[in-house]
Amino acid sequence: MAKKILTTPIKAEDLEDIKIGDIIYLNGHITTCRDVAHRRLIEAGRELPVDLDGGAIFHAGPIVRPIKDQEGKYEMVSVGPTTSMRMEKFEKEFIEETGVKLIVGKGGMGKGTMEGCEKFKALHCVFPAGCAVVAAETVEEIEDQNWMDLGMPETLWTCRVKEFGPLIVSIDTHGGNLFEKNKVIFNEKKEKAYAEIIPHVSFIK
Amino acid sequence: MKKQQAVAKMTDVMAKFVSYTGKILPDDVYAKLEELRSKETSELATTIYDTMFENQTLAKKLDRPCCQDTGVLQFWVKCGSKFPLIGEVEALLKEAVIEATVESPLRHNSVETFDEYNTGKNVGKGTPTVFWEIVPDSDTCEIDTYMAGGGCSLPGKAMVLMPGAGYEGVTEFVLEVMTTYGLNACPPLLVGVGVATSVETAALLSKKALFRPLGTHNENANAAKMEQLLEDGINSIGLGPQGMSGNYSVMGVNIENTARHPSTIGVAVNVGCWSHRKGHIIFDKDLNYTITSHKEVEL
Repeated sequence: MAKKILTTPIKAEDLEDIKIGDIIYLNGHITTCRDVAHRRLIEAGRELPVDLDGGAIFHAGPIVRPIKDQEGKYEMVSVGPTTSMRMEKFEKEFIEETGVKLIVGKGGMGKGTMEGCEKFKALHCVFPAGCAVVAAETVEEIEDQNWMDLGMPETLWTCRVKEFGPLIVSIDTHGGNLFEKNKVIFNEKKEKAYAEIIPHVSFIK
Repeated sequence: MKKQQAVAKMTDVMAKFVSYTGKILPDDVYAKLEELRSKETSELATTIYDTMFENQTLAKKLDRPCCQDTGVLQFWVKCGSKFPLIGEVEALLKEAVIEATVESPLRHNSVETFDEYNTGKNVGKGTPTVFWEIVPDSDTCEIDTYMAGGGCSLPGKAMVLMPGAGYEGVTEFVLEVMTTYGLNACPPLLVGVGVATSVETAALLSKKALFRPLGTHNENANAAKMEQLLEDGINSIGLGPQGMSGNYSVMGVNIENTARHPSTIGVAVNVGCWSHRKGHIIFDKDLNYTITSHKEVEL
């Protein structure tokens, strides 16, 4: 099967046929954006210094280092996803305000993000955690950095990426949520496993 | 060798070894991941595993930490009472972490509690963590190293059950952690279970269990049986790599135990993520060392 690759700027119709559990990749631009950036936009009402309309964000706090002899230029050493659920409180409004189309992170997100993704047409995807070198290697260049006052992990690093992925779709534009769906299945199987184990562990007689 | 030189030598070896364990997974973990990869059938699970292996190859080639969270360093020290540097070990391990943090580089993961600032050196009050076991009359020093990341530390849980809950209660406790927090702790997990009297004895054993080589079993037949039952049971939940579903869930379940008070069953769970960065090194009295966890290592 051919690789499904999205390219920024992403349009709503590009996401139409994508479903939870699909594996996609990204070409174009993605900006790291996590706790404080979300808070500044939604709670403090500050304008984001990056135009995210049709764009992508990455819930991540990377390790970057300055490139020698090139002032204001940085290279990506290591970047991995952080727990997306921390941004749940802000994400629906964030999608509405910014027009972002792709959110990449770790673990599932909740009801607000599901509503935001369905109403304003966006996806939440998971990049495999613990694969920080793979992710860093897809970054061709850090083109811009904003809000550096937030420190290295929270700065908005805008990266040009080539075939960034695999990105596993966890929330689609049709109200699907892979983690919520799996949770039901896992809990059923857990109950079954418990019932099978207990007859064999009556060690206290 | 003068003491000062000896301390410098052991510090240097430990700094290099710590740095190495952040880049290369131990042999038993790597082999188990390969085995689990070969048993997955869905495109989703195999794609995730392929990315994990590609990441390990790249980390080695580019000489970078394989995961950006290089954890808080923890050391389980089994030290002979006659090991010449017994009094220096704890301080030199701290120094070794500072060196590795610069050399590797490791992420700055030590935040002073209450004052709430990052020390920027990866060490602080009581970090790295050093757990001690003194071996009478021995002159060697065995050290298990571990990078305790945020993701894999988060599911940790301990409680004291009433004996009426029995080992059925222990089973329920372990399974519950798997489908709540374990899911997000980057499976396939290594599950460490401690069974003892109180929270801290159980918790300490659950950490010790994470150092035991994969595929080994508790020497008590019932405990070993329970390890297998839990491993099969958790695998049947099918968490898959990254908790995104698959045919398996865990690299193993290791139980460590002691006797307990008749009125309590202390139980604790600790998990290691798929990127289980542990190491094992043994020093003799002349500081010749043997590394058992990584056979291809050259420091």
